Amino acid sequence: MGKVTGFMEFERHDPGYRPIDERIKDFNAVELKPLEVAVREQAARCMDCGTPFCHCSGCPIENVIPEFNDHVYQGRWKEALDILLSKDNFPEFTGRICPAPCEGACVLGINKDPVTIRQVELSIIEKGFESGYMKPKPPAIRRNERVAVLGSGPAGLAIADTLNHAGFGVVVYDAEEKPGGILRYGIPEFKLGKWVVDRRIQLMEAEGVVFENRVRVGDDISYHYLQHRFDAICLAGGAREARDIKAPGRELKGIHFAMDFLVQQNKRLGGELVAPETEILAAGKDVLVIGGGDTGSDCVGTSVRQGAKSVTQIEILPQPPPSRATSTPWPMWPMKLRVSSSHQEGCVRRWSLASKEFIGHEGAVQSVRVIEVDWVTPPAGGRPNMVEKVGSESVIKADLILLAMGFSGPERNKIVDGLSIKKEPNGVIWRDKQNMTNIPGIFVAGDMTQGASLVVRAMRDGRQAAAGISAYLDARRT
Amino acid sequence: MNGMPSPQGLYDPANEHDNCGVGFLANIDGVQSHRIVSDSIEVLKNLLHRGAVGGDLSTGDGAGVLLQISDKFFRKEAARLKFNLPAVGFYGVGMLFVPQSNVRAACLSTIQKVIQEESLEFIGWREVPTDGGILGEQARAAQPHVMQVFVGGGKWSGPALDRKLYVVRKQCQRRVAEVIGPDERFYVPSFSSRTIVYKGLLMGGQVSGFYKDLNDPDMESAVAVIHQRYSTNTFPSWELSQPFRFLAHNGEINTLRGNINQMQSRENGLASPLFGDDIRKLIPIIDPGGSDSACLDNALELLVAGGRSIPHSMMMLIPEAWGAKYPMGPDQKGFFEYHAGLMEPWDGPATVAFTDGSVVGTLLDRNGLRPARYTITKDNFIVMASEAGVLNIPAERVLEKGALRPGQMMLVDLALKRVIKDKELKSQMSRRQPYRRWVEENKVSVQGLFEAMAPIIPESETLLQRQRLFGYTREDVQILLEPMAAKAHEAVGSMGTDTPLAVFSEKPQLLFSYFKQLFAQITNPPIDPIREELVMSLMTFIGNPSNILLETPQFARLLKLRHPFLSNEDLEQIRGLEIKDFSASTLPIGFPAGGSGEDLDAALERLCALAGERVSAGKTLLILSDRDLAEGLTPIPVLMAVAAVNRHLVRSGCRTGVGLIAETGEAREVMHMALLLGYGATAINPYLAFETIADLAGKKELSVDIGSARAMENYVAALCEGLRKVMSKMGISTLRSYRSAQVFEAVGIDQAVVDRFFSGTASRVGGIGLSEMAAEANARYREAFLNPGADLTFLPAGGQYRLRRDGERHLWAPEAIANLQQAARSGNYALYKEYARLINDQAEKQFTLRGMFKFKPLVPISLDEVEPVSGIVKRFVTGAMSFGSISREAHESMAIAMNRLGGMSNSGEGGEDPARYKPLPNGDSRCSAVKQVASGRFGVTTEFCVNCRELQIKIAQGAKPGEGGQLPGHKVNEEIAKVRHSTPGVTLISPPPHHDIYSIEDIKQLIYDLKNVNPEARVSVKLVSELGVGTIAAGVVKAHADMVLISGYDGGTGASPLSSIKHAGAPWELGLAETQQTLVLNNLRGQVRLQTDGQIKTGRDVVVAALLGAEEYGFATTALVVLGCVMMRKCHNNTCPVGVATQDPRLRKLFTGSPDHLVNFFTFIASEVREIMAQLGFRTIDDMIGRSDCLEMNPAITFWKAKGLDFSNILYRPPCDSPVRCVGKQDHELASALDLKLIPKVKAAIETGKPVSLEHPIRNVNRTVGTMIAGLVAKKYGHAGLPEDTITLNFKGSAGQSFGAWCTKGMTLVLEGESNDFLGKGLSGGKIIVKPFPGATYEAESNIIAGNVLLYGATCGEVYLNGGVGERFAIRNSGAIAVVEGVGDHGCEYMTGGRVVVLGHTGVNFGAGMSGGLAYIYDEHRIFDARCNLDMVDLELVVSKADKAELRGLLEKHVRYTGSRKARHILENWEDQLPYFIKVFPMEYRRVIGQMMKEDEATERAEVIHG
Repeated sequence: MGKVTGFMEFERHDPGYRPIDERIKDFNAVELKPLEVAVREQAARCMDCGTPFCHCSGCPIENVIPEFNDHVYQGRWKEALDILLSKDNFPEFTGRICPAPCEGACVLGINKDPVTIRQVELSIIEKGFESGYMKPKPPAIRRNERVAVLGSGPAGLAIADTLNHAGFGVVVYDAEEKPGGILRYGIPEFKLGKWVVDRRIQLMEAEGVVFENRVRVGDDISYHYLQHRFDAICLAGGAREARDIKAPGRELKGIHFAMDFLVQQNKRLGGELVAPETEILAAGKDVLVIGGGDTGSDCVGTSVRQGAKSVTQIEILPQPPPSRATSTPWPMWPMKLRVSSSHQEGCVRRWSLASKEFIGHEGAVQSVRVIEVDWVTPPAGGRPNMVEKVGSESVIKADLILLAMGFSGPERNKIVDGLSIKKEPNGVIWRDKQNMTNIPGIFVAGDMTQGASLVVRAMRDGRQAAAGISAYLDARRT
Repeated sequence: MNGMPSPQGLYDPANEHDNCGVGFLANIDGVQSHRIVSDSIEVLKNLLHRGAVGGDLSTGDGAGVLLQISDKFFRKEAARLKFNLPAVGFYGVGMLFVPQSNVRAACLSTIQKVIQEESLEFIGWREVPTDGGILGEQARAAQPHVMQVFVGGGKWSGPALDRKLYVVRKQCQRRVAEVIGPDERFYVPSFSSRTIVYKGLLMGGQVSGFYKDLNDPDMESAVAVIHQRYSTNTFPSWELSQPFRFLAHNGEINTLRGNINQMQSRENGLASPLFGDDIRKLIPIIDPGGSDSACLDNALELLVAGGRSIPHSMMMLIPEAWGAKYPMGPDQKGFFEYHAGLMEPWDGPATVAFTDGSVVGTLLDRNGLRPARYTITKDNFIVMASEAGVLNIPAERVLEKGALRPGQMMLVDLALKRVIKDKELKSQMSRRQPYRRWVEENKVSVQGLFEAMAPIIPESETLLQRQRLFGYTREDVQILLEPMAAKAHEAVGSMGTDTPLAVFSEKPQLLFSYFKQLFAQITNPPIDPIREELVMSLMTFIGNPSNILLETPQFARLLKLRHPFLSNEDLEQIRGLEIKDFSASTLPIGFPAGGSGEDLDAALERLCALAGERVSAGKTLLILSDRDLAEGLTPIPVLMAVAAVNRHLVRSGCRTGVGLIAETGEAREVMHMALLLGYGATAINPYLAFETIADLAGKKELSVDIGSARAMENYVAALCEGLRKVMSKMGISTLRSYRSAQVFEAVGIDQAVVDRFFSGTASRVGGIGLSEMAAEANARYREAFLNPGADLTFLPAGGQYRLRRDGERHLWAPEAIANLQQAARSGNYALYKEYARLINDQAEKQFTLRGMFKFKPLVPISLDEVEPVSGIVKRFVTGAMSFGSISREAHESMAIAMNRLGGMSNSGEGGEDPARYKPLPNGDSRCSAVKQVASGRFGVTTEFCVNCRELQIKIAQGAKPGEGGQLPGHKVNEEIAKVRHSTPGVTLISPPPHHDIYSIEDIKQLIYDLKNVNPEARVSVKLVSELGVGTIAAGVVKAHADMVLISGYDGGTGASPLSSIKHAGAPWELGLAETQQTLVLNNLRGQVRLQTDGQIKTGRDVVVAALLGAEEYGFATTALVVLGCVMMRKCHNNTCPVGVATQDPRLRKLFTGSPDHLVNFFTFIASEVREIMAQLGFRTIDDMIGRSDCLEMNPAITFWKAKGLDFSNILYRPPCDSPVRCVGKQDHELASALDLKLIPKVKAAIETGKPVSLEHPIRNVNRTVGTMIAGLVAKKYGHAGLPEDTITLNFKGSAGQSFGAWCTKGMTLVLEGESNDFLGKGLSGGKIIVKPFPGATYEAESNIIAGNVLLYGATCGEVYLNGGVGERFAIRNSGAIAVVEGVGDHGCEYMTGGRVVVLGHTGVNFGAGMSGGLAYIYDEHRIFDARCNLDMVDLELVVSKADKAELRGLLEKHVRYTGSRKARHILENWEDQLPYFIKVFPMEYRRVIGQMMKEDEATERAEVIHG
C-alpha cells in the first residue's frame, strides 16, 4: 500500500494562492490548482496507518482517506473517486472549504506537517469531473416512497443525494431564489465558486432530485400538503439566527450582521437583485469586523474586494499560539493562529478586545470603544473568566461594522412552531437516534439539530438522517 | 484404576501428554538370562531424571519393562500352583490389572468364560506378588490387583496363538467392562505366548521393588524393553504407563485424531484369512481412552497380528521422509509410496522400541526429534536408550557406539543372532514385493492434471456480486490475496489483534472465523517448514483401500495429487474422469435463501444422504460445490458441508476410498484451506479467489506486472507455503496425516453443533448454533442480491487489519489511544478513567470474553483498607519485545520505568547491551529484570544470564505461536549485531522450536541448566493460550518452573503472518482459567506463580486476571501506546513515525515517550485495581487470586449471537483443598549438582585467577556440569572471563546432558568417555574436549561420542570431539569453533558465526538457514553437495592462504587435545588430503565480509595516502 517511505522523502507542499494584488481585484477562486504529479507526490506521504486517525477521528463523514491517497499515489483516479464518493456526497465542496479536521488528526502531524488531504480530495473530484466520470447515475430501481427535504444547504443536499441514490423520490424545497443555502449565499465566491454549486445541482437534477425554490413552507405550501404528498419530511433549515451584541449604540446605522453582508455580495455576483436601499458596501469605508472566526475572515476578504479603505478584525478571545495549543493535543483540531487568504490581503487583527460602545454621528456609526480583557482561569479549574483590564480602553474608527460573532440557533420556522416540534433547551431541534423528531415521519438534520457548525458536519448529519429515513421507510414497508 | 479425573471446567483428560525415557536391552544370540532383567532395572534407574513425580513427590508417572516369557520361571510357579504348562510357545500368559473390590470374582469368571468360548484352554490363575508399601500415596490409592492367567493354546502356538489371544483380550475388555460397571477398571498389560509386561504407576527404581517376580533369578529374558514415563498430569493412571504390548514410545503423535478417524473409517473394510470372522471381535481397533502411544500400540498390534512383520508394520506407521528432495533409491521410494496409500503417517516426534519377543528393534521419527543411543558389545549384547551411559560397560567390551539417525530403524533378530541396520533392513523390506512396479503400473494418470495454469477471464459483471455473496471485503482482496498473488507469500502484519471475537462481531462472519489453530508447545516441537522442508509433504491420494491387512498391486490404483489445490482446469479434468473406480459427482451445497437453522439442518441431512447414495452408486469423487447455485439458494458454509459429509462417510465406513473435493467461493485464505483439510476435504478448488486474482492482474492492480496465470500460480504457491506452516506449527509433516486431524478449537460455537459436525473438537464456551450460522449466511446473500440501493462499485471495507469506521470494531480506537496518551503524559487520572471506560464498558458492544463478565461483590470495604499502589505495581511486567523490534529509546524507557516501580521489564529475545547492567548516575537502571531465552538464543551469553532476576523460556508468542522468525540482514545494524553476537548485515533466523526442547523432559533439563547458570534467578516459561495449555503448564510445573506465563493469542507486537495473528491460539481468559483449574486439580498450584498477558489494558482487566488465577500481569501493546505508539501496524516496515518500533535514526529522534509516562500509567492501573478491590471487598491481591466465584456473566448483554455463550467452564473452581495460589517454592534439585562438589576446589581460582586442575568421575546422571562454575565466573568477570585454562576440569565417564553449558573463558573441560545431548549449549568462551574412554578399542571416528544439538546458541569458545555426533550439530552457533569427526542431519543449521570442521560423515540438510560463519568438510566420498542444503551457502575448495592456515591450525589443535587418528593422518598427508576439503561459505556472509574487507582496504589506503 502506498509508498512506505513517502513521508520521509517528501515535505508537505501546499499549492498556495494567486498573488494578492491580482486576486483582490476579482472574486475568483484564490487557491491555485496543483499539478497532478505534485498531488500524487503529496498523496505518497500518507502512511496508510493501521489506525487512521484522519478517517476515524478527524473526518466527520469518515472519508476513507488512506485508501484514496493510495489510489492517487498509484494514479488510479477512478478507484480513488469511488472510495471518496462512498462517504462524501460533495467532495467539490469539502475539498474547497472544509477546514480539514482530518489534517489536524493526521498521524504525520504529530511531529511533521500533515498530509494535504483536502487538496488531494479536491483533485480527485475535479479530475472526476474533467474525465467525465461524474456522469448522472440515477438509481437502478425507484421506490414508491417520496421524501420532502426542507432546505437546500449542505445537510439538505446530502439527504437528498443519499436518499435519491437509494431509490426514493426526493423534492427539495427552499425559500431562496436558487438552491444551495449557505454554500451559495454564505460562502464567498473566492472560496467556493457558485459554478461549483450549479454543477452539482444540475447533476442531482439529472439524477432525479427535484428542486422547488422560492417556496416558503408554511406560507406557500402547508404542512398538510407535504404530509399528503410525502412519506417522510426532513427539516434542514440551518441555524442562521445571528448572535447579536448588546452595547450602547447598537442601533446606529452601519452596523450589520456579517451574513447579511456576505449574502448580498453573493446575490450580486449571481445576478440576483439587491434592493438598493438595503445595500451594504465596504467601498471607501473603514471596516471593523467583530468576531475572529471564519465568517469574520470572509467579511475581511469581501470588504477588501469591495474596496474598503481599511479593514480591522477584532476578537474577544486571546491570540492563539503560533502552533498547536497544549489544550488541543493531537489528534484534536489544533487551536492555533490561522492566517487565511483574506487575512493576507490586508487587515489589522487584534485580540482580547471587548466592544463596549458604538459611537455615532447623526445616527451613523463612526467608531467603537473597546477594552482589553484578560482570561483568568479560576483556582479550582474550569473555564476561564473574562476580566476587563481597567484603564485599557481605546477607540477604533469604523463606519461599517460587521458582526460575525456566530449564530444562536435555528431561525423561526412555521412547521416547528405549528406542530410544536420538541426542542432542546438551547433551542435546537430534538431528535432520536435516527434523526426523527417527536412527530413521526418528520426528521431533522444539520445545523437545526446541532447549531451552526461546519459544512462537513451538516453533511454527516444529513447522511445520518437519510439512513434514519431509509430505515423508517423500510420498517413501514414490512 | 484409572485415576484420571473426569472432564470438569476447562480441564479435559483428553489433553494429557506424556514423554519419557525409553530403551531396550538384548542378548543378540537370543540367550535368556536374568542379567538382562536386572540390567533393565538399572537402566530405568539411570533414566529417572527423564521421568517425573507427582504432587505427593513420591508417585512416579509410570515405568515398566516388557520381557520375554520366562518359561523357567513360569514353569516353576506353575508347579508351585499345581498346574501343568504345555510346552514353550504353546501357552500364553495374560498380565491383568483387576479390581481390588468384590467385583473381582465376576471379572475373573468372565475372563475364564471368554477363554473357553474362544476354544482355548484355561489353565490357572496366579496372584502376582507385589509390594504396595513402596508406592507413593497417589499410586497406592489407585493400585490395582495384579494377576496372571495361564492359557493353553491347544493346536495353536507362537504367532497364531498370539493372534487368538489378541481376540481373547479384546473380548475380555468389552465383556468385563459390562460386568464390573463404569466405576471399576480392568486392564490387560499383556496377553501373549511370547512376551509379558510388568509395569505400573512407579518410578523407574520401584519396578523391581513392586514386582517381586523381577528379582527371582529364574526370571530370564533375552530381551527387555523399558520405559520411564513423564506425564503432564499428576493423576495416577496405572494403565497409561508403558511399555504397551508391543512397543514403548518416547514421543507424541500429533495427528492422533486423524489417525483414529481414519482407522475408524477402515474398520468396515478389514478382512483377513488369518482372522476370518474373528476380525469383527477386534473392533474398535483403537481402544477408547488410551494415550497417543497406546493408540499407536493398538495399530501396530493389528498390523502384526494381520501377518506383517513388526519392522514392516513400523515402516508403515512411522515412515521416514521420502519426498523429492530426500536422497533415496527408487525401490525404497516405491515401498513408501505404496504404503502411503494404505496408511497415513502417525506423525510426531518418536523413539519407539518394539518387540514381539522374537525380534527387538527401535526406530526414530523422520525429524530425529528424540535421542536413541546404542552400544553393542563384543559379547553380543546391545543396549539402546534415550541416553548414552545408562549401563556401566567397560570400554574394552565395547564393539560399537552409535546413534540412530532421523527416520532410521535398527533390528535385532534373535533367531538370526545379528543386528540388522537401517540400510539392510529397508533394502529387504523394499524388495519383499515389486512395490515400485506396482505403483508405476497401477497409478491412475489423468492427462493435464497439475500442469501450468491457464489464464482466466473473470466474469466482471457478476464478480462483485459473487464476492459479496461470500463476504469478500477490500481487505481480503488488497491485504490477503494481493501479496499472495504478487509475491507468492502470505501477508505480514504487526501489533496483534484487537477486534471482537467472531461471536461478538456484528458483521456477518464466515464459519472459519469461529475456529482457532492449535500448535505445538513443549511436548512436541513445531517444525521449520522452510529450512526443513525436505521432511514435509503435501502429496495426497484419492482412492485409498480400506483393508490394510492385505497387500495387492490393486492397492496402488490411486489418483495422486501433488498438493491439495486444484485449478479450474484440474477440477474439470477430474469432473470429467471416465475411468473405472474413478468417476465424479457434483453435489451443490445450498439451502433456501432466508431459511432458518432448521432449513440449514435439513439441507445438510439431504446433502449427506445424497453423498452416501452417490458413493453407493460407485462414485468415488464427490465435489461439494457452491458454484453457480440455483437462484434462491444461500451457500451452506463450505466448512460445514465438508465436515458433515466427511463425518457421514466415516460413520458409514466408506470414507477411505472417496475423494472429497470442495469447489468453493468461500475459502480464500490459508486458514480456510487448513480448516477444510483438517475436517476432511481431500482437495480444494478456490475458484472465486482465482477469479479475484485474475481480476486484479487484469486491472494491473498487483504490485508486480504479471499475468493472471502467473498470479494464480503464485497464489497456490503461497497457499502451499502457508499450509506447510500451519501443519508444521503442530509438528505435522505430511498432509496425509493432517487431513481430518482436527487440530483446531472452536470459540463461540454451540457444543451440540460441534458434537454433530466437528465431533472431537473442543468448544469450551458454547456459542452460535445452526440458526445463527444460517442468519450470517443469509446476511451475505442479502448483501449480494437484495440491496439494490447500495452503491456496488466496490466491496465493503473489512476493517480486520486496519481500522475502518464502517468495518470491524477495534478496541484500540483513536479515542482510546488519544486519551491514554494524554492521561499518561499529563498525569491526569480523570482522562485515564475516560480511557478505561472506553475499554471496559462492553455492555453494548462486546469484544472479549472478559467484556462479558460482571463482578459479584462480596462486602465492599473502604478504599484505604486496600493494599497500596506501591505493592500492586510490583506485580506488573512489560512484555518481551526485543531490542531490534523496538528502538533502544523505547526499550530502555520501559526498563527504567519498571525498575523504578519495582516491577519487571523484559529483554526480549535479542540479548542486551552489557552497558545497561550498570546503573545510571541518577540511580535509574536500564537493566531488564527478565532476560528472555528464546529459540534463536541470540546474545544469550553467561553474562546475560547472570544479570537478571528472572530467566524466561519463551516457548511461544501470542502473535505467532509455533513459528520462528527472521530479522532480515538490512535491519541488523552494528548495535544490534553487537548485542546479538552476530555480524551486521547478516540475516538472523529464529527456529520454530527450541532445539533443546523437543519434549517435556527436555524443558526440565533446560530449566535445570538455567537454574545452574544463575541459581538466584527464578525460571519462567512463557506459553500461549490454547486448548490443553493447562496440561502443558502442569508438566512445566513438574519440570520445576517457578513461574508460568499464559499469553493470549491477541497480544504480540512483532511482525507476523496475518493468518497467525488472527487465527492461532486462544484468548488468555480460557488459557489462564484452564491452567489454574488444572494446577489446582493436580495440587501443583502452590509451587508456582502464574502470569498472564495479551491486550491487558485496564485495571479491570487486571482484576479479572487475578480472579481467574494470575498473580502477575503483563502489558506490551499498552505500554508502547503510552510511549507514543499510534497503532500504525507497520512495525515490519521499520518506518514507525513515532520512533517506537524502528531502528532508523531519523525516526528514533522523533520518540517522545519517557519512563515518567509509564510510571504514571501503571500508577493509574493500580489505582483502578484498588477501586475495584474496595468495591468487591478484597484487601490484598493475594486474597483475590483464583476467586472466579466473584465473576458472573453479565445478564444485561443481549447481543443475538452471544446468547448461546456459557462461561461456567471458565468460572469453574475445582472442589479440592489444594492451594489456589503460590504458597511455596520449587525444589530445583540443585543440591545434587556435581558442580557443588567442585566449587570449593575452584573457588580460589575464580577469586585470584590462579590456575587449578581437577579430576572427577562422571555419569549420565551428572547433568549440566561446569555451568554453575561458569555462572560464578561471569558474575565476577562478565563476558571477558578468565585467562585461558585457568580452571581445568578432567572427567572420566559418560557425561549427562548439557555438559559444559554456558562455560566461560578460562574454563577447560576435558572428558574421557562420551557425552549426551546439548554439550556446549550457550558456550560463552570455554573449551570442551571429548575423547573416547581410555582403553577403547573401537575406531573413534566411526563411533558416536556425543549426542544431539551440541553447541546450541554458542557465542564463543572451542570444542574438540574425537568421534561422531548426532543431529543438529552447532545449531545456531554464532561464534564458537568446533572440530568433530562426523555429524548427523541438519548440521550447522541456522549458524550465524564461528568455525566448524567436520572430518567425516555429514547427514542431510547441512547448512540449512546458515547465514554466517564457515564450515570445512572433509568430503572423502564426494557426496557432500548432495547432502548440503544449498539455499543459502556456496561450496568452494580451500585455496586461500588464510583458509588453509586456519584449517591446519584447527586440525593441529584437534590432534594436540584429543590425539585424533584421523586428523593426524590428514596432517601427515596435507597436500594430498587438502583437496578433499570443502568450504561451506554462506552467501550473505560472503557479501558482508567482502564489503567489510573492501572498507578495511579503503581505510588502509586512506591511511597510506594521508598518513
